[in-house]
Formats: sequence, structure tokens, C-alpha cells
Amino acid sequence: MDFLTLIQLLDSTVRLATPLLLACLAGLFSERAGIFDIGLEGKMLAAAFFSAAIAALTGSVWIGLMAGIAASMAFSLLHGLASITFRGNQLISGVAINFLAAGLTVLIAQDWFSQGGRTPSLMGGARFEPITLPFAEAFGSVPLIGPIYRELISGHSILVYIAFAMVPLTWWILFRTRFGLRLRAVGENPAAVDTAGVSVVGLRYAAVMICGLLCGIAGAYLSTALQAGFVKDMSAGRGFIALAALIFAKWRPWYALYATLLFGLFGALETRPDVIQAIFGIKVQGALLGALPYVMTVIILAGFVGKAIPPRAGGEPYVKER
Amino acid sequence: MEVMPKWAEVILVPLISLVLAAILSALVILAIGEDPVEAVNLMVTGALGSTYGWGYTLYYATNFLFTGLAVSVAFHAGLFNIGGEGQAMLGGLGVALACLLIPWPHWTLALLGATVAAALFGAAWAAIPAFLQAKRGSHIVITTIMFNFIGAAVLNYVLVNVMRPPGSMDPATARFPETVHLPTLHEMLAPIGINFSKAAPANVTFVIALLACVLVWFLLWRTWLGYEIRSYGKSEPAAKYGGISPVAITMIAMIISGALAGMMAINNVMGEAERLVLNAVEGAGFIGIAVALMGRSHPFGVFLAAILFGFLYQGGAELALWTSIPRELIVVIQALVILFTGALDNMVRMPLERLFLMLRRGDA
Amino acid sequence: MNEQAPAIELKGISKAFGPVQANKDISIRVMPGTIHGIIGENGAGKSTLMSILYGFYKADKGEIFISGKKTEIPDSQAAIAAGIGMVFQHFKLVENFTVLENIILGAEDGGLLKPSLAKARKTLLELEHEYGLNVDPDAVIEDLGVGMQQRVEILKALYRQADILILDEPTGVLTPAEADKLFRILDRLREEGKTIILITHKLREIMEATDTVSVMRRGEMTATVKTSDTSPAELAELMVGRKVLLRVDKTPAAPGEVVLDIKGLRVVDEKGVERVKGIDLQVRAGEIVGIAGVAGNGQSELLEVLGGYADGTGSIQVSGQPLDLSGAKSDGRTRRARGIAHVPEDRQREGLIMDFSAWENTAFGYHRDPSYQSGMLLNNTAIRADTEAKMERFDVRPPNPALAAKNFSGGNQQKIVLAREIERNPDLLLVGQPTRGVDIGAIEFIHQQIVALRDKGKAILLVSVELEEILGLADRVAVMFDGHIMGERLPAETDEKELGLLMAGMET
Repeated sequence: MDFLTLIQLLDSTVRLATPLLLACLAGLFSERAGIFDIGLEGKMLAAAFFSAAIAALTGSVWIGLMAGIAASMAFSLLHGLASITFRGNQLISGVAINFLAAGLTVLIAQDWFSQGGRTPSLMGGARFEPITLPFAEAFGSVPLIGPIYRELISGHSILVYIAFAMVPLTWWILFRTRFGLRLRAVGENPAAVDTAGVSVVGLRYAAVMICGLLCGIAGAYLSTALQAGFVKDMSAGRGFIALAALIFAKWRPWYALYATLLFGLFGALETRPDVIQAIFGIKVQGALLGALPYVMTVIILAGFVGKAIPPRAGGEPYVKER
Repeated sequence: MEVMPKWAEVILVPLISLVLAAILSALVILAIGEDPVEAVNLMVTGALGSTYGWGYTLYYATNFLFTGLAVSVAFHAGLFNIGGEGQAMLGGLGVALACLLIPWPHWTLALLGATVAAALFGAAWAAIPAFLQAKRGSHIVITTIMFNFIGAAVLNYVLVNVMRPPGSMDPATARFPETVHLPTLHEMLAPIGINFSKAAPANVTFVIALLACVLVWFLLWRTWLGYEIRSYGKSEPAAKYGGISPVAITMIAMIISGALAGMMAINNVMGEAERLVLNAVEGAGFIGIAVALMGRSHPFGVFLAAILFGFLYQGGAELALWTSIPRELIVVIQALVILFTGALDNMVRMPLERLFLMLRRGDA
Repeated sequence: MNEQAPAIELKGISKAFGPVQANKDISIRVMPGTIHGIIGENGAGKSTLMSILYGFYKADKGEIFISGKKTEIPDSQAAIAAGIGMVFQHFKLVENFTVLENIILGAEDGGLLKPSLAKARKTLLELEHEYGLNVDPDAVIEDLGVGMQQRVEILKALYRQADILILDEPTGVLTPAEADKLFRILDRLREEGKTIILITHKLREIMEATDTVSVMRRGEMTATVKTSDTSPAELAELMVGRKVLLRVDKTPAAPGEVVLDIKGLRVVDEKGVERVKGIDLQVRAGEIVGIAGVAGNGQSELLEVLGGYADGTGSIQVSGQPLDLSGAKSDGRTRRARGIAHVPEDRQREGLIMDFSAWENTAFGYHRDPSYQSGMLLNNTAIRADTEAKMERFDVRPPNPALAAKNFSGGNQQKIVLAREIERNPDLLLVGQPTRGVDIGAIEFIHQQIVALRDKGKAILLVSVELEEILGLADRVAVMFDGHIMGERLPAETDEKELGLLMAGMET
């Protein structure tokens, strides 16, 4: 494998890791606050549709992004209502949200565009275009780092840079701010937060809404940057891979970056069986490679490679007790 | 003192949830510019207005009976088996292997063999997450989700690389031999003079599904094993005190659950397609969640809910055929049912409890 | 002093939970700079009242005055603002946070943590110095002992500048020595002008620590008196409403053969902590051996191993035959088959399935018994009939086998468990906290049943944190501390003081 192939591979790793990373951080906020969210998939899908649809209708990808975020946050609100206000089962609520998104997106797409559940292809200002970073061309001729800068670091859409910037930001919010302290506390022991005079409900809603925001960006990225338009079920299990990455990352922001990059690499390799054959000398089925993140997560969950301990109050609705 | 009478708990709460889901579904239909009354009419005619419609309704219901029972049994043990989809896929593999590798002399024997194979494969696919939960404390919801994806990948691999007949481009197995053909309702009812639609896929498996309902009921409420499953589901510390092994019950409940989900394959793979295709399960594993929630995890409730969802699926297909409403409407309805009967249960229950409390105070 | 406005005044507080009236028209005045005790049985409504004062529950009726000013307390935030701090029975700490992080949680200065932590560290050291409450600010909570964790809770309140400190059953998890330390801290706080409300059901603590005491019974405030003007006997009577029978009616024991023989038993819990550290104990036929001790000193683990749901090492023989202490044959079913019955410490968590009906609960643990089967199926008719008979003999009310366990009162729930276990006529009965949360009438009945089983020549191992119960019921008392048996005494030859010393780990 030559250097350029490697760069290409890593480049598509970054592009495939971006939605995973955003969704993983989304789940991180929610689960750190004690609200399990298996509805990441549905929120991404809803956001993917609404951002593409609105971008197609208005011609502005930014309005599309806003619409996608709004749709995702609406689902977050629903999840909050079910799991925080009405203390329902968070897992079941997540399942419901996934189906609601899967059904509604096609239903509305058919109603609006009559193209068999897809949106029209996005063009021009209705899509996030790659950004060429300063000096990418001039710098590109420098050996080794030049191509890395030009091909790998430069030339992504703005959402990719936002996603990567979210990692240190999430870390900072979680471990360096009052909000982060309270958020982590409410996921570990909500009673401690409540008796300290801080609203458990408020904190958990805040976390769930942030989750919605990030899932919204993730979804918008799928339909307006990675692809040019929405197609039915386009999230294709990414929400679940993000969930797997979250466990893999043991609910930590920097680990989330590494986990999603790793899973992104698997995704990139899936489309390049020639590369695997060149390195390992064996032919690996794409489908099996696609299942690798799930297999690895099961192994992690089984505690064979370092135990993943979730936030202690995760999944439990908070009921005041003396 | 009881807050709410039992009949309200068992009938009123799910009924109100269902009505709420129906109202919202009607609003969705209105929003996309269609007439809900007309839609319901079309669905009823399409799904129940002919033996053809009934044949499809019952065919779908058979699938949902198996997956609904699967989710229910796990629920009773306090386990959320979200992996019915994967277990049903693997069940299909079991059926395909049994039908293709063994020269069955008669369909009855083939059905027996295929049922055992389907149950074994489904159970095995549930047993791994169960073991990891019981022995390693891995969250079963997450592992069963992961196993759905892994199962799909395995099936994909097997169909593309191993079981695809030479020369075929289709990722599917060869057709099963004629001897393993299961009698359809048409063939079963014709001798007693009932003319049932020939084209509909409902077959003898429906009877097996009903039998499974009865057996699950007996298991849960009439045997000590069912008693142990329900005890463990209600309180793990109590179960330990009572000499009930958490490991054993987790394994047994999930194996039964996976076996039931796997057994769905005798309906869709052996009874209908008569070969194994890639997307044979078509989401029935997930519909089992809605069916179990709506049926309150009781076999009779599951029966009613499965028929309802069978009706919705056949009706939805008819709707997609005659109007511009896509089949995904059913997915929306399914989501709303899960939402209201599962996650927003308290939204219905809390006001009702207050109401009953007020009524009682009025009496006193 | 009478001129002063009370630190806290409650007027006509009422609170109902569904059909249960937890507080009925309660009025109370707590003077500043005093330690005011509130005493009452479990379920008398003490904790509910304090939860209302701390904004956890909203009262249905009534008014709250703080330092003479009418104050609304809709949430904990308002309570903190009014200068109230609360130390709950179950600590409200984030276990994997440090002491400092727990202290500032909810009382941070500004949005960034660093300056908040720095400031808190300084204030904390001042507070520690002022009140003699030393805690390492950087220690992680889960590494601290319960006594230390309680200090963190007190410091949390002081950091929020609380003038009024409410402590709910603060000594439940403490040894007598730790409790004494706590009371010295409370004295110091009083000297500094703080007002303290001490909620307890232990008479000794009220007599030792408080200036004034209020008594609660069944949701009502029955009296408020100066502590120096009253006696334990009077308080006890006020608590329960009539003369209490502190001694149980029973004849001297006639111990026979050794039934339970424990040698060198060790138990390590799930976290890897050794909870039982090599104990030897014998219980003979026809005697009740009581295990006294502060909760958390290994008694629960001892019962769990005997009951078959925790693993141990060492040797246990029952009627001369060894028990498996781990592995497949160490479970509740095998134990029952060996004639060991068990009334567990926490009936709602372990002893009963709260959602199951009374008849289903009556079969619990014995559900594989041949008498409950017909062929492959459960014989529900037989179980129901058996339940009806047991309910009648144990006077369970209402005598309705179809009613769910959660709908019975605490006493009747306990009777259902007791009937199930005692009527099996076991050789060895394990009983944990038999009368916790049980009304007085049922207590007598339960004690009588246990004595009756003893008189049939059965061996009984009783674990209770209530010293009075141990002294009244047991024929021999063993005291557990930190996983060891500190000594054995005969009830007639010892008293609460000596046992208290043993419970604190001191040799006498």
C-alpha cells in the first residue's frame, strides 16, 4: 500500500468517523446524566431528513442544519418527557423514537417530494462544501506533512471540524465547569444533586437536549455533507455504532474520539477490500468487517478487555426518597 | 390497599394508550393530506374483507405471535430482549439447513425437524448475550442489539459465500424440496369445505403459534419454572433468597425467548418463501416488542396484539397499493404503540390512579 | 430565652400519601441554640415531617416559620436559603467524587470549577478547624468509612452556612464510640449557636444528647417536654401509647443437642471486602441465640451464608452434617431441604415479592415442594388452601390470599413470611430484624411465635440491631463487631452498657 492510498484511507476514515463522533458525544452527555439513549439512531435519521428537506426547499444548507437540529431536539424532548417527566422505561422510549423516525421520515418525504421516500439531490448552497484550509496548496508540496495537511486535514466540510472541536469542548464542559460537575453528579447519584438544591429534572433535560443538538448535527452531516440528499434509512445503524463506541470509550470524551476513529477506519476498510488484501494477504468479507465494531463492543462489555462501568444511576428514573 | 382495580390496570390502561396511539396516527394521516376514515375502511377491507386478506393478516400475525411471546418471556424474567430480529434470522438459517440437508420423507417430519432447528439456532443466538449478562454483567439490551447486527453480517456471509446455489446472483439459498412444503390454510380448510384463498401465505404454522401461546401460558403460570422466572423478574434479591439461581433463570428465560423468536422462521422461511433470503425477518423481531408491550406480556394479550399488528401490516400494504400513503405509516403506528404502552405508560396511569383515588374518597 | 423567636416553628402540618396520613396537624417549636430531639417508632412520621421542612415534600396543610418569619419551602434550594441543612439517614453523596467536589456541588461560585474548588478548600479547612471535623478534602467518598462520610454531610451543611441542622437517625450505621464522637460534635455546634434537630427512635440518644424532646406517634405529635423533666419509661409510653412489655414472656431455655455449629467462618463480599472474619458459634436445639451489633458488622453476611445466597469459607455443620458454603449445592433451596428456614432482614426486598399475591408468596422458596405440585404443574389450589390456613393461624389481616403483598401493612407482611418459614417446622430458624417496621401489637405476636418454636425444641439464630429485642428474646447473646464475635453473654448477667462496649469493639 502506498502513501497516497493510506492518506485516502485515513481521509475517508475521518469522514466516516465524523457522524459517529458527534452521535457518540451526544450519547455521552445523555448517559453521563443518567439517561440511557438507544434513540441516537432515530434522532440522526430525523435530522438527516429534515436538514436535507429544508435545505432542498430553501436552498440554504444552514437553514437545513437548523431544521435538522430542531427535529432531533424535538425527539429529545419526547425522550425527556417519557424518561424524565413520566419516569418511563428509557430503553423502550429509545426504541419507539427509532421507529418513529424511521416511519415519519419516509412518510413526510413521500408527502413532500413524492420521490419514493427520498429528497431531491442537494446542489450548491444546499450542501456543505469542503473547506480548503489556508496554504493547503502552497504547503502541499512539502514532503510527508504536505500531503497530510492538504489531503487529510484540509478539505473537509465545516461540520467535520466542528465535530473534532467538540471533543476538547465536551471534556472541558464535563470536567472544568459547574454544569459538568452537576451533570456527572446527576448521573451518579441524583439524590445528592436534589438535596443540594439543584433540579435533577432541569439538569437531565439539559443533557438530553444537548444530546439532541449533537445528534442533529450528526444527522445533518449525513445528508448534506457526506451525501447529497436524504435516502430512506440512511443512518444505517450508525446510531448503534456510536452507542457501541460510547461503551468502548467508557463514557469519556477523548476515548470517544479514538473509538469512533477506529470504527470509522473499519468503515473505510469495508469499501477497500483491496487494501486489506494487500496488508494481510487475505480476503476479508466486507459484511464481516462491518460487524467488527459490534463484536469488539461485545468483547468490551463482557469485560475481557477492561471493564466498562456505566454511570451508576444510568437508566433509573429518579424518584424522591427519604 | 390497592390504588387501582385490577381490571383498570389490565384493560383500561392499555386501551387508553391504544386510543391515544390511534388518534395520533389519524392526525398523521390527516397531515399528509389523506382521509383517516377512508384509510381505515381500506385497511379493514384489505385485511379482513376477504379470505385473501385474512390469509395475509394471519400470516403476519403468526410471525408476531412468535416474536411477541419471545419478548414477553424475557420481560417476565426482567430482561429486555431486543434481539428477536437476530434470533429470528438465525432461526431461518436453522430452518434452511434442516430443509436442505436432510431428505425428509414427509412434511410433518420436516416441520418437526425444522422447528427444532429454528428453536436451537434462535436459542443459541440468545444464549450468548444471556451468558454474558449472567456471568459477566454485560447489559443484555446492548449485547442483543449488537447481536442483531452481527447476526445480519453472519447471514449475509453465509448466503453470499456458502449457501448460494452456483450461478445464482441472488443472496439466497436454493428452493427447498417439494416434500417440505407446509400446507397452507387453503389446503387445510379445503377438505372441510371451506374455500380459503389459495394465494395467501398463512399456513399450518399459525396453529403452532397458537399452541406456543398456550404452552407459554402454562409455563409461566402453572409450573415452578415459570414461577421462578416471574419471581426473578420481579426481584433479584428475593429470588436469591428463595434459592432461585439468577444465572440459571437468565439463561433459561433467554433460551426460551430466543427459541420462540427463532421458531418464527418456520412461518416465513419454510411456510412462505420456501428458501432463505437475506431480509426474511422484515422487522418482525422488533414488532414483537410492540406486541409484548401492548399485550402486557400475557399470552392472550400477545395473541390479540399480534392479530392487531397482522391486520395493520396487511392493511398497510393495501393502503400503500391503493393510496399514496407509504407502508411506513405502519412503522409510525408501531412506534406510537410502543411509546404509549411502553414508555409513556405513566402518563396514562398517573391521572387514572388519581381518578380512582378520588372516587374512593368520594365513597368513604 | 422565651423572648426569643423560635428557630423553627411548624403550625398545623398535615401530609397524606395516597390513603395514608403520614402527618396529622403537627405543631412544634424549636428554640435556637438547642438540641431538639424528635422520637418515635419507625413509621411514626418523623422523617416525613423533616422532609417537608427540607422541601422534599410539600405539606398538604400548615405553615413554617423560620426565626419568626413565615417561610415557604417548596424545594431543597429554599430550605438551604433559609439556613436549613440536613443529614439524611442514607447519605446523599456522589461516591466517586472527592470530598471537596461533594461539598461544592450545588453551592459553587460561578460557572468554572477551579476558583470554586480553591475557595471551598480554604473555607473547608477553616470549618474543620472551627468544629474539629477533620476530613481529607481530596479523599474519594467511596474510600471513606461511614463515620467520615457523615462528617462530609455535616460539613456540606455548614459550608452552605446552615444555622439549623437536621440529623435523621444519624447513629444507625455508627458504633457506640462513633456515635459518642458525633454527639460531641453536635455539642460543639450548639455552643457555636447552631440549632440541631435530632431524629431517632433510640431512647438512650435522646436522654444523652438533647435539651428538649418531642414525641411522635402514628403521624401525630403527642408531647414536647424538657429532656431533664422526663424519663425513658415515660417517653417509651408516649411513643407507643401504652405500657410496653420490654421483657418477653418465656420460660428458661432447655438447650439440647448442637444444631448449628459454625467454625472459622469467613465471608468476602462482592467488593472483595472481608465482612465475616473467622467466627465460631453454636446454637443448640431449644435455644434462641441472639446476635447483637451495629448494622454492617457482618451479621447480614452471616445470615446470607447460612441462608445459602452468599459464599463463605470455613465450616458449618447443621445437625452434624456439613453444609456446602459455595458452589451449586449452596443455595436457598438446598438449605431449606436441610431444615433451615430463614426470615430475612429485609422482607420487602428479599422475603417477599411485593407484586405477587399472598398465596404466591406463601409458596416462595418452597415452590418446588412436592405438596405444591400436581404432575408437571403447580397445584395452585393446594397452595391457596395452605395460605388460607396459615393466614388464619397467624392472624394475617385482611385474610385475603389474592391480595398483593405490597398491599399489606408491615406487620402483616412479616406475619406472612413468618408463617411460611415457621410452619415448615424447621430444625433451625434464622431470623433477621423480626420486628423492624412492625407495629407494637404484631411485635408481641411475632415474639411469641419465635419462642413457641424454641419450646418445640428447635434452634433459633436471631439477628437484631435492637438491643432491647435481643435482651428480651435471646437465651444467649453474641456480639458482633467488624466481622468478629466479641463475646457471648447471658442476658440475665449483662446489660445494655456492657453490650454497647462490646458492640464498639472494646473488650470488657
